[in-house]
Amino acid sequence: MVNNNPVSDLLRTDRMPHIWCSGCGLGTTVNCFVRAAAGCGLPPDQITVVSGIGCTGRVAGYLKLDSFHTTHGRPIPFATGLKLANPRLKVVVYSGDGDLFAIGGNHFIHAARRNMDMTVICVNNFTYGMTGGQVTPTTPTGAIASTAPYGNTEDPFNLPYLADSAGAVYVARWTTFHVRQATKAMKEAIQKKGFSFVELVSPCPTLYGRRNRMGDGLDMMEGYKENSTIRNGADTRDVGMDISGKIVCGKFVDRERPSFLEQYNTRLAARLGPSYKNYEGVL
Amino acid sequence: MKADPKGVLTGAHFLDGDHACSEGALSAGCRFAAGYPITPSTEIVERIASRFPQVGGMFIQMEDEIASSIAIQGAVWGGAKAMTVTSGPGFSLMMEHIGFAAMLETPCVFVDVQRAGPSTGQPTLPGQADMMQARWGSHGDYEIIALCPNSPQECYDLTIRAFNLAEEYRVPVMIMMDECVGHMTEKVVIPSPEEIEITERRYTTAKLGEYRPYFTDGEMVPPIAKAGDGHRFHVTGLTHDERGYPVMSPEVQEKCVRRLVDKIRLNAERIISLEESETEGADVIVVSYGITSRVSVKAIEMARADGIKVGHLRLITAWPFPEKRIRELVGRTGAFIMPELNYGQMFFEMQRVIDGKAKSYLLPHGGGTVHKPEVIYRTIKEAALECRPQVEESAW
Repeated sequence: MVNNNPVSDLLRTDRMPHIWCSGCGLGTTVNCFVRAAAGCGLPPDQITVVSGIGCTGRVAGYLKLDSFHTTHGRPIPFATGLKLANPRLKVVVYSGDGDLFAIGGNHFIHAARRNMDMTVICVNNFTYGMTGGQVTPTTPTGAIASTAPYGNTEDPFNLPYLADSAGAVYVARWTTFHVRQATKAMKEAIQKKGFSFVELVSPCPTLYGRRNRMGDGLDMMEGYKENSTIRNGADTRDVGMDISGKIVCGKFVDRERPSFLEQYNTRLAARLGPSYKNYEGVL
Repeated sequence: MKADPKGVLTGAHFLDGDHACSEGALSAGCRFAAGYPITPSTEIVERIASRFPQVGGMFIQMEDEIASSIAIQGAVWGGAKAMTVTSGPGFSLMMEHIGFAAMLETPCVFVDVQRAGPSTGQPTLPGQADMMQARWGSHGDYEIIALCPNSPQECYDLTIRAFNLAEEYRVPVMIMMDECVGHMTEKVVIPSPEEIEITERRYTTAKLGEYRPYFTDGEMVPPIAKAGDGHRFHVTGLTHDERGYPVMSPEVQEKCVRRLVDKIRLNAERIISLEESETEGADVIVVSYGITSRVSVKAIEMARADGIKVGHLRLITAWPFPEKRIRELVGRTGAFIMPELNYGQMFFEMQRVIDGKAKSYLLPHGGGTVHKPEVIYRTIKEAALECRPQVEESAW
């Protein structure tokens, strides 16, 4: 049981202990998230979390919010429907690098392009943890994975650059070492209107760290501390990660662009005239 | 509850089946639709894209059918009545989310305007070869409801019924149209809103903090909640207990999946609708559905003119399959004939139910067009002769 935790009201304490390995960074990201949610100014009843499948996919089930554990790669289109049915909800998609950028990559770029009003949090641990440590679209070239036993032969995505190019209005990256900055970034992302994206680099000592001789969870956190630099406003083209372990952190993008619904209502009001009532949800 | 007048285009119209389906959705209270263009279903979403903004609804064209089939489910959990529309290749992509809807018990509607397959097949021409996919396409065990309209009027009527059934049983309901029915234009009468019965979503009345998403209180179907109402509930595609929490035990698997199956199987007689003509005392019965039923009517008329006692049983509900009714008829009827635009799908389900106690004839067809009535007629004659060999063919 989790007792006397200041954010326990936002956690499903009846589901503890969680399934994550010791040294995993997911618990840290959840701790940061609930603090961001508690401090964002919205009542918890208005915040809904949607996860996909995988270790990060389990986050939804530990949050005492309306929460949906959906299918692999599809939390973003589920969140799209949810948001459009009830735009008063703040919809947060919380999932992993494999879920959001391999099987779900297409949905990510289209939601960003539409500037769908939602926050996407990607816990990037460079691997598929739940299935045993396979290579993902963010695994650095050369890193070992169970399905890349001789080292990854492909180049990874640079997630902030992808989000930026596809149209996200807020893009930040932090590691689980940067708990204050990560909390602040998630809070800003929740408060931002439009498609906001936060990448959280997180250790998977069991499956990624072990194969790549990075030590245990604490060693990996030490690595984040030593190898990360903060460059707010950095050009996202320059923040890609590689096998060296160097990580550029910061808030890279914070700009204004009409959200999907703003653009939709403006266009329809102009075309349909005074008979058109702004769409504000089905209810 | 009566229909929201805003969506109901009361009057007599000249509509094709696709557009009639759109109007059925509007009358049923559907206010969210997601789709991806695909022949021969696109006209449905085109009309919805034009009509929804005028009645407070939202249509979004998603990046693919996978996204469409789960966007509607997000919308349902946000409080909307929702549907998606597709044809064979898109239907294949949607299978995962039919299982997801079955598992979360998300009331929603999938429309499949069937074309000839497999793969890209013949996009502009009819088929009926997705019938088994509708029933079994997603992995795991679950039950769904599938309806088969055979006219634009029925595309309208059954779309309303699909939404009502989805709410009553909290299942994905499939409207299995075909290219002919979708593109055929006929008179469609849309009643006044007060003549249209709408099944409202049954929301929980539990106090905040006490709602358990899958607690049925002894009933087959639990009440639902929507995001934002303060219940702070969790639902998952994992096998779950009454709280909606994942549990990896065989006992919970049995309890969870058993109810998904039983809520349809045990209510099958309430769900099933059939149209019958002269089935009592028939020597031969033609069992058909969708566009093929209309070709069958012509063949049956030809056979009746010859004096053959032939009945017609039309499946308005394909799934659940009308086992009970067919078993009743098997004792009295010598032969059953099923023409369908595939190489045997609903036929084998029928044959399973007949269980060797009557003759059964499959009239397969690859699709691309419909059967010639003469082919069905010849089989009726052949079957009648087999059943009643004492009657000389010349007597006809």
